Amino acid sequence: MNALLSAALIYGQIALALAAVLAMVRIIRGPRAQDRVLGLDTFYVCIMLELMMTGLRLGNPHFLVAAMIIALMSFVSSVASARFLLRGEVIE
Amino acid sequence: MTDLPLWASIPVLFFVILGPTLVLLGSWGLVTLPRFYDRLHAPALGASWGTGSVVVATIIASSAIEGRLVLAPLVVGVFIMITTPVTMMVLTRAALQRERAEGVADVPPPQPPPDEEEVKARG
Repeated sequence: MNALLSAALIYGQIALALAAVLAMVRIIRGPRAQDRVLGLDTFYVCIMLELMMTGLRLGNPHFLVAAMIIALMSFVSSVASARFLLRGEVIE
Repeated sequence: MTDLPLWASIPVLFFVILGPTLVLLGSWGLVTLPRFYDRLHAPALGASWGTGSVVVATIIASSAIEGRLVLAPLVVGVFIMITTPVTMMVLTRAALQRERAEGVADVPPPQPPPDEEEVKARG
């Protein structure tokens, strides 16, 4: 059972890495600025989940704090970018 | 990963396979869907149940290891579930405003302001 579980954890990490690569493809290709912001948000979610999966695999609770900080950064950066696209400046 | 008991490792196995698969599907949709307003829906898959199932797997595994209920991973899940719709709303409004200002053809027109009598009748 534990061998199956570690195989599933490795599968999950590979799937999340592939998802991050696909989001990066959208960031690079994305025809307009809003596509790039959307890709950046997805990329942040993938990296955050990758950190949580690493913490799960190693049994280390400190990765959770890093995931929390990345979630916070993701929110702030995406809202600031969207706000910049909406108004032309971040803080009025 | 130390040895989990059997009652914990079966749900952890299920959620660990489910969550990253959903995130991968969402990113695949982000790359392949044709329009921006279609693409906006795809990453929500990863932000809702993708994050949720990884969080549930972490909760079950750390509770089984430590022998008590560990709810710290829930903070990340709740935070993501609250903030993602806010980001998407602001981003959609920005995209709509930009495309309307440029006069792109297939953008929905702005909603007319509500009638005063209708507002009064509604209370």
